[in-house]
Amino acid sequence: MYAVRLFATRRSRFFQRLYRLFEAVIVALDPLFRRIGYERLEAPFAFLERNTKGFLFDCKMCGQCVLSSTGMTCPMNCPKNLRNGPCGGVRGNGNCEVRPWMRCVWVEAWDGAARMPEGLDRIRVVQPPVNRELEGSSSWLRVAREKAAEMREARQSADPSKHMLARAFRKAREIEPAAAPVAFEPDAALSVQWSRQRTSVYDAEAGQEKSVGDKPEEGPVGDKPEEGSIGGKPKKGKEQV
Amino acid sequence: MPAFHEREPFDPTIDPPLTPLPGHKSASFLERVLRRGDFAVTAELNPPDSADPRDVFKAAEPLWNVADAINATDASGANCHMSSMGICSLLVRQGMGTVLQISCRDRNRIAIQGDVLGAAAMGVGNILCLTGDGVGVGDQPGAKPVFDFDALSLLRTLRTMRDEGAFLSGRKLTTPPQIFLGAAENPCIPPLEWRADRLAKKVAAGADFIQTNYIFDIAVFRRFMERVRDMGLDEKVFILAGVGPLASAKSARWMRSNVPGIHVPDEIIDRLERAEKPGEEGKKLCIDLIQQVREIKGVHGVHIMAYRREHLVGEIIEESGILRERLGESV
Repeated sequence: MYAVRLFATRRSRFFQRLYRLFEAVIVALDPLFRRIGYERLEAPFAFLERNTKGFLFDCKMCGQCVLSSTGMTCPMNCPKNLRNGPCGGVRGNGNCEVRPWMRCVWVEAWDGAARMPEGLDRIRVVQPPVNRELEGSSSWLRVAREKAAEMREARQSADPSKHMLARAFRKAREIEPAAAPVAFEPDAALSVQWSRQRTSVYDAEAGQEKSVGDKPEEGPVGDKPEEGSIGGKPKKGKEQV
Repeated sequence: MPAFHEREPFDPTIDPPLTPLPGHKSASFLERVLRRGDFAVTAELNPPDSADPRDVFKAAEPLWNVADAINATDASGANCHMSSMGICSLLVRQGMGTVLQISCRDRNRIAIQGDVLGAAAMGVGNILCLTGDGVGVGDQPGAKPVFDFDALSLLRTLRTMRDEGAFLSGRKLTTPPQIFLGAAENPCIPPLEWRADRLAKKVAAGADFIQTNYIFDIAVFRRFMERVRDMGLDEKVFILAGVGPLASAKSARWMRSNVPGIHVPDEIIDRLERAEKPGEEGKKLCIDLIQQVREIKGVHGVHIMAYRREHLVGEIIEESGILRERLGESV
């Protein structure tokens, strides 16, 4: 809802604090989540997230939430899906070029960021393009996975293709790990489910199927035997983020 | 090797891409002009709706001996024309420096990264990364807007390709594209107070040069540049101020209300309205603006967008004196 969205941006400071708290709780719950299985949690969390964030921020469930870097204004409401600031077409009154009845999402975002502690530092960080494979999945769980994985320093399991992006957008990765995720994604989090099953060029080069499911810190995804059983150990000595 | 056709063999000694000078990002002439501290001139070409290469050269003719590089627009205003890639490839073969424009509206990351390799292989030295106007303002509003990248993630991606020699996927490039990376900025529209910050973000993303949108409001632009200098950005990026001749008060009003992101102050429209020859006045106004922006510290050149008035570009540059000064009286 447009009015609620504007309200949330005006209260960006409060919502950011709430969000930080919530994030800390979720990251702390990572061991429990791993025991239950991220695979199983994906659907209920996505449902919950869609509804709360949908109500508050008109969230579009890109799965790579960067709200605290965009003044608590969802950038996916920008008709051009811009993640890095306003385009050159903003109207003189500060409204959107494409939807003239709507305030420019980024005019709002910059206002919201100015009210947040560190808001202006964060909005200046270059965000990577959205990974469309993750659309519809829970960004909360992703943050939990990424931050917890970072704490465990268990990143060697990640897909090398994600490494280059995470390195190219290093700062964004630091402050919004879900925007450039490198940890293992459970199947349930991927909108294009079959994409995991085909052999990627990296695997072909390495002569082995990429395998992450058998790693204990990745959580019980053993109910997908083809994930865990084919390959050997993940490649060593890849670029670290 | 069996030969089924009697083709001329292709030249086996075909040139590799030019090597940039030390400290340069590309072999582009524009980069050389800017780095040696000269006031640069770029100009926008009006792309033909035609498949005839001669139409490209006809459009380029008025700019040929005055511009350091020609910008080939990428379906600007979401109107379909010959592609920037096609125009650039024709022009570079004739030795003209070009700025390939890439808008995020029409192509996704797969297409764009491939295009950049193709363009660099053909000898394009400069690439301008743009968000692009929405499809709704163009001649085919039913098209699917892509916006897979935005201008900044595009810049960062191209910088990664150039400096790290890899696609965003991590796959290595045999020869990375040596390109001078550009971005646009629109200093005269909201959010005015954050436009310089946005510029800083573009520099952080990888911009080497900036071409601004039309500047008609010199006061707003001055304030913007002040902020840019405060942030030390004028030392990090070359800024080319966007200017252009207006045809009449009527066309200025039309542009203001129909072309996204153009801010024309009322005084300018009044001045055109009062003029006996509005076309002349528009040209004079443009020359005035060039002379004014040249005096602003941190402005490294002008980008002339004379849509359908390209024939005036030569006179504008001549009368503003910018190139004569740079090249000495020998011109």
